[in-house]
Amino acid sequence: MNITLAHYLVLAAILFATSVIGIFLNRKNVIVLLMAIELMLLSVNMNFIAFSHYLSDMAGQVFVFFILTVAAAEAAIGLAILVVLFRKVDTINADDLDHLKG
Amino acid sequence: MTFDPSTLFAIFFYGFAGLLVISAVRVITARNPVHAALFLVLAFFCASGLWMLLKAEFLSLALILVYVGAVMVLFIFVVMMLDLDLEHLRRDFRKYLPVAFLMGAVIVLELSIVIIRSFIGTNAPVQPMPEEIAANNTLALGRLIFVDYVYAFEVAGVILLVAIIAAVALTLRNRKDSKSQNIHEQVNVVAADRMRVVKMDSDMGAKQDNKGEKK
Repeated sequence: MNITLAHYLVLAAILFATSVIGIFLNRKNVIVLLMAIELMLLSVNMNFIAFSHYLSDMAGQVFVFFILTVAAAEAAIGLAILVVLFRKVDTINADDLDHLKG
Repeated sequence: MTFDPSTLFAIFFYGFAGLLVISAVRVITARNPVHAALFLVLAFFCASGLWMLLKAEFLSLALILVYVGAVMVLFIFVVMMLDLDLEHLRRDFRKYLPVAFLMGAVIVLELSIVIIRSFIGTNAPVQPMPEEIAANNTLALGRLIFVDYVYAFEVAGVILLVAIIAAVALTLRNRKDSKSQNIHEQVNVVAADRMRVVKMDSDMGAKQDNKGEKK
């Protein structure tokens, strides 16, 4: 039994669908939303690396390197915003964050 | 009992993949955000194992170092620092279940159309990496990053710098209840700010002291 490119693509698709479901299930909890976004980025990276291996093109791995960088920056800023938010309004419930409605 | 390499590869693939999917499901359903963060760590470990199977050794180790070592520690730190009202946050969990599965089904449908039509059954032969690249993944990746993609690499460095400054600037605050130096004021002080000459008439009595002090 050979593991083909399709195996990895299906796995990444399952992972992506799981995190989309997670975003809808936990739409109040901003921390779990951020975690679901991390999972999505992981599944995209999985596709890149699988293609890079099966088509033997190293450029895919370079792209994963840059996605990792951006994801780390995004997580750091997102969590910083979360901390400031919690200090101001004392909640991370996404439904309570409706101040911009006017 | 001996395994041929492709069977061993398949066993590891299915092991890591199963554990990855299970832990991903637990991330989105865990009651406690700390548990969700720990399952996310497990998911990253499994993904790193899968990448190792694909001979992307550098990225596999970078995933563990960057994600498990830095990002997830940050997540757990924030989760533990915030005093969350979990019951309130999960109150409508079941209400969103139908729409969540609807969206999940749409995504699965779309992705499976793409994957089935283009990749399953084609069974394209694996093009082996050239020998000098396959032998040393880190060297090959480094050559690409520092030669072909050097400008993108520098932009990535700037992005990280912006992230550091933004995170510090967002969370830094001046606390009223703790004493701290104001260096700017200290350096810019002049003699007139330091010493104040209070004029007092020598023949005035103590009864007018308060008025004289007020200046």
